[in-house]
Amino acid sequence: MNDKDVFWESGLKINPLYTKEDLEKNVPEADIGLPGEYPFTRGIHKLMYRKQPFTIRQYAGFGTPEETHERFLYLIKNGQTGLNVAFDLPTQTGLDSDDNRAVGEVGRVGMAVDTLADFETVFKDIDLDKITVSLTINGSAIVLVAMYLAMAQKFGFNIKNLRGTAQNDILKEFIGRGTWIFPVPQSVKIVVDIIEYCAKEVPKYSPVSVCGYHIRESGANPVQEMAYAFCIAKAYINETLKRGITIDEFASRLSFNFDIHGNFFEQIAKFRGSRRLWAKIIKEEYNAKDDASCWLRMIAGGGGGGLTKEQPENNIIRSAYYALISALSGTQTMALCSYDEAYTIPTEKAAEISLRTMQILLYEMGICDTVDPLGGSYYIETMSTEMENAIKKQMADVEAQGDIVKEIAEGKIQEAISRQAYQREKGIQEGKVKKVGVNCFIKEEEVRTIEFHPYHEENAMKQLENLKKIKNERDNNKVSECLDKIKKDAQGNKNLMPSVIEAVKAYATVGEITDAMKEVYGEYEEKIYF
Amino acid sequence: MKRLRILLGKPGLDGHDVGVKVLAHALVEEGFDVVYTGLRKTIEQIVDKAIDVKADVIGLSILSGTHIVLCQQLKEELNKRDLLIPWIVGGNIPDEDVEKIKAIGADAAFPTGTSIETVVNYFKQL
Repeated sequence: MNDKDVFWESGLKINPLYTKEDLEKNVPEADIGLPGEYPFTRGIHKLMYRKQPFTIRQYAGFGTPEETHERFLYLIKNGQTGLNVAFDLPTQTGLDSDDNRAVGEVGRVGMAVDTLADFETVFKDIDLDKITVSLTINGSAIVLVAMYLAMAQKFGFNIKNLRGTAQNDILKEFIGRGTWIFPVPQSVKIVVDIIEYCAKEVPKYSPVSVCGYHIRESGANPVQEMAYAFCIAKAYINETLKRGITIDEFASRLSFNFDIHGNFFEQIAKFRGSRRLWAKIIKEEYNAKDDASCWLRMIAGGGGGGLTKEQPENNIIRSAYYALISALSGTQTMALCSYDEAYTIPTEKAAEISLRTMQILLYEMGICDTVDPLGGSYYIETMSTEMENAIKKQMADVEAQGDIVKEIAEGKIQEAISRQAYQREKGIQEGKVKKVGVNCFIKEEEVRTIEFHPYHEENAMKQLENLKKIKNERDNNKVSECLDKIKKDAQGNKNLMPSVIEAVKAYATVGEITDAMKEVYGEYEEKIYF
Repeated sequence: MKRLRILLGKPGLDGHDVGVKVLAHALVEEGFDVVYTGLRKTIEQIVDKAIDVKADVIGLSILSGTHIVLCQQLKEELNKRDLLIPWIVGGNIPDEDVEKIKAIGADAAFPTGTSIETVVNYFKQL
């Protein structure tokens, strides 16, 4: 390789200069277009941030529902406009707080949820018509979405108008993050149950947020991040269409979650090229009539993968750049990892700095003044097209192998990504991939005490007491009936949402409902590979 | 010389497996014999596996912050079965917990930010 050649992480070669000629030769005029117009390269809305700035939605939640409730009120008071709920690992994997496997985990990496009562505590006094709530939940998403809807109804909100997002992207959990529960095909069936139910009953809610984020964090390059996410989104779409719902009835409610770290311009070209590609896929492959169906609505946040434990304050600077990338790429929602996130759940101080980073960008930098400020740049437009083509090619490679669901079930994609993660790590260790403070500009760090987010054992005990109390007070016969109904519906291959909603209303627990489903569906057996 | 057989395990509910797999790749490249358990194994399952594959050493990868609880469980399980197999821990481990983990009985604990090279070198000198 010629030393002077420059390549992006995705493998695209970068010229020392881009001119009008590159633009004219490579980018059809219609592909750039106008904001709010197909193919939406310049943004999905005509006025973008002039009309509505990006939503700031930090990931938060810990300990008991009471603690999380306090935290949410604090965040709203501080100007956060959306909430993103973090759940603890037992909740994410469908276990109750009193399960043996949950020892030491209750309320540790997020909020503990066992029954509807916990949701009633968390969202008390929060105006769900104004604050949109995102639930970061996948394996047990059907239970938590059911709880959210039941809670909203109980508090007097009309679910027809309810907005918000459930992550509910199980396929990526098999690639990274790992909170799968059921076998792959049954897992996809449950995702589609939620999409189908919401399309009919909760039409403004986003029932899935397809995540390139975790795929990238697991070792994928930016092109693979988008390609795999789009293949996964298509898998959900194809299954939903089989239920007799038309593309325009649900495509506009699909949302995406993407990662930002690495080369500044590569990320921006990735987003602009992807927005156009997604619009083309929905219109050309699925014959959507509605423009909104073609929108790539996204949360694009600073990725933890770019942050380092070494010289952690540097992460504040990195995250500010990530925020700028996100805004220049026309994101709908933004979140940043906090500077201490490489080694702990964010402390309050670190979380506040992240929030302020986004607010400074929003209120001081004039980022909202004009739409798509980079539009027309020789470099950005040429590379947006090259990224679009590269992602399209990567998708074609996956589709040529069969389909993504099968490839994930067989562990093929995971294996390829894992090998890349190793190569990247090796590149950092050998100094080929520069990381300031890690492999260059290293400082002998003075010994200091790093502040960690505390874990309170007594709060876990409190959660256990609450759970015990509810189990004693609820109508246990009713709970059994509801669980039987879930099993029956699962056997009959019916949409499980209605029976799960009835069960959560009867205060059945996350673990009980998940176990009922496991009885019919079985459990995923992980393919061991590395 | 016999190749060292290393069992890498993911105990608890934590699904972060990028690190453990990167380490597995590096160890294989250095000629070690590596077996990986996959995610969400109980300590009992990990010890069963270690016996089953005749592992020379167990490595636990824990990123959720539950390392103290899980290390105590491993120590108890090994005692219960009278096993003297050496074990180490890596993942998201605060510096200040390294000594605590060793006090429980680990032969080594590698805190957050440890380079792959350091861990590989550790195995090389065993």
